[in-house]
Amino acid sequence: MSADVHRTTRITRRFAELRDSGEMGIVAYITAGDPSFAATLKFVLAMAAAGADVIELGVPFSDPLADGPTIQRASERALKNGATLVRVIDLVREIRRANSLASEVPIVLFSYYNPVFQMGLEKFAAAASAAGADGVLITDLTPEESEEYRCTLAAHHLDTVFLGAPTSTAERLEKIAACSSGFLYLISRTGVTGAKDALPDDLPALLRRARRVTQLPIAVGFGISLPGHVSVLGGLADAAVVGSALVSEIEKATTANPNAAGIDAAAAALTDRIGSLKDAGRSGLSRRGATANRGEVAT
Amino acid sequence: MVSQFTIPATVPGRFGPYGGRYVPETLMVPLLELERSYEVAKSDPEFQARFNDLLKNFAGRPTPLQLASRLTAYLADSGNGPKIYLKREDLLHTGAHKINNAIGQGLLAVQMKKPRVIAETGAGQHGVATATVAAHLGLECTVYMGTEDMARQALNVSRMRMLGAEVIGVESGSRTLKDAINEAMRDWVTNVRTTHYLLGSVLGAHPYPTMVRDFHSCIGREARAQILAAEKRLPTHLFACVGGGSNAMGLFHEFLKDESVKMVGIEAGGRGNELGEHAARLAAAQGFTGARPGVLQGTYTYVLQTDDGQIATTHSVSAGLDYPAIGPEHAWLADQHRAEYSAVTDAAALDAAQLLARTEGIIPALESAHAIAGVIERTPQFTREDLVIINLSGRGDKDMDTYSRSLGEKP
Repeated sequence: MSADVHRTTRITRRFAELRDSGEMGIVAYITAGDPSFAATLKFVLAMAAAGADVIELGVPFSDPLADGPTIQRASERALKNGATLVRVIDLVREIRRANSLASEVPIVLFSYYNPVFQMGLEKFAAAASAAGADGVLITDLTPEESEEYRCTLAAHHLDTVFLGAPTSTAERLEKIAACSSGFLYLISRTGVTGAKDALPDDLPALLRRARRVTQLPIAVGFGISLPGHVSVLGGLADAAVVGSALVSEIEKATTANPNAAGIDAAAAALTDRIGSLKDAGRSGLSRRGATANRGEVAT
Repeated sequence: MVSQFTIPATVPGRFGPYGGRYVPETLMVPLLELERSYEVAKSDPEFQARFNDLLKNFAGRPTPLQLASRLTAYLADSGNGPKIYLKREDLLHTGAHKINNAIGQGLLAVQMKKPRVIAETGAGQHGVATATVAAHLGLECTVYMGTEDMARQALNVSRMRMLGAEVIGVESGSRTLKDAINEAMRDWVTNVRTTHYLLGSVLGAHPYPTMVRDFHSCIGREARAQILAAEKRLPTHLFACVGGGSNAMGLFHEFLKDESVKMVGIEAGGRGNELGEHAARLAAAQGFTGARPGVLQGTYTYVLQTDDGQIATTHSVSAGLDYPAIGPEHAWLADQHRAEYSAVTDAAALDAAQLLARTEGIIPALESAHAIAGVIERTPQFTREDLVIINLSGRGDKDMDTYSRSLGEKP
């Protein structure tokens, strides 16, 4: 196997497949350890089987200042149950070892910086890579502070996903894209994570700005919960990230009924959600197909 | 006196390895805009004139440097007590040093054409200062405050509301200052185009630690001139309480190059050495556990945390010191042994407040009472030649419920 093949993560391969088939990808975020790690394992496999293209595993943090109430509560529940970064990395290993076609789903660890920094960048990158993670996104790390982090993760063949925001200038988007691998994560609106009814009007303009500076696949997140949102993004983005809406399903099903039945109910609800979002993503095909060249969509 | 000690001219916003800018991308452009506006304001005579005018005629600067003669005599009685001066920031409008920074940032908000300011507050002093300046400058104002702090600093909640600010109680985490900052940052990231985050300490992402220090550096400039006028010599020691550390940096900054001047920051020792029982980030030598360098709320500094990087809960009787991280410049000063940091307990702070009230006729804020207690506890180590300035950063009206309880009265 050549070095290049080594360096291609599951993320890059999945986005290439999506591009070939003209589908919008669905990136599914849930908080690891909410309500338990056994449950998260089940949820990840269910969502991957239902068509989730990339899984973002949220590493619970005591002070999630970029998150809205839904993910704050999930983090609190996970921490109460003893979640740690080490345990989240173990979970990745368990997903990879699961006897399921879904076990090869691309996985991004989604964390605040402090837990990763405390483990040590080298130790973290080695452990995450060995466990089978494909990429890492750090909410409160911008390109300026990330040099050592990027070098360390790249040495372990982990993608570094950075966030672009509506407030980012063209110059910053370029820098962010240059630091990113796997995909670029565009935040749809100023704000914290959480489901909203409508996507902001200036989102297409933001996507066009991002397209101009990168060839990377672009995933759009924050406020996306409904198939309609995914349809709107068809032809503009490569993937939609859905998070709080999924975490909400888990909360609904498991707080009422915290036993195995509740966890099964949550898994079923996640399967339904992902299924309907993925259907909308597939119909993105026709809109995408209508334009010969994605570069033209951009301009 | 020429000092070996110089602040390293490294990356802007770094104090040695500490500081930096660890925020969600959405906040980067506003932080860069703030940095630029502040740089312009620093050398803009019009801005400086306006700032100094408000400090003088609205806030009441300069504040006195008062000889605490009866406190001095009391401590001398028990051994080698030093001569003690109090920098009376408690006499400022709104009752604490916080107004200096609130005026500076309020003017910057106007300059940046942001019609709304938000703030976090622990003891309520920064919230009151922000609400006051917002009213004075015609800005809309929202203040986030942990519900635990709202209960113990009820007077300041009423003051903020009377000044027209919206006070939003924060129920998450330990319902104290840290949680109020999280919520303020969530508001800022959402309303960033119209809102300036008027952060109240030398914390957070660059440029806040530098900018907030600069807005408070009038404390040290005045104190240095005042002590030279009164005593014809520099002080031997400076004492200040340190939560985030803005009043301490305000006092220390002007003296950094005076090598003979020892600087002491007093942290909250709470009610025990174990993690969760205190807010002592730099007092590991006294046995306080759980502090290591890490990233919290935008900056790299000493943070009280668990082994796997979760931020610890803290305890202090003083809401303004009840915070798991310390300003990054303090972390650097500690590493360089340019300033030293130690902690005093809740009980020692309460006793010190009582002593100051009886000897000087001044009821200090619980935060400032920690600095008094720090001097009292070191009395045996002083000589009669020592000359101490304590930053009396705030007055104690807001703490009367706590003081009444500690005196055994029903509030």
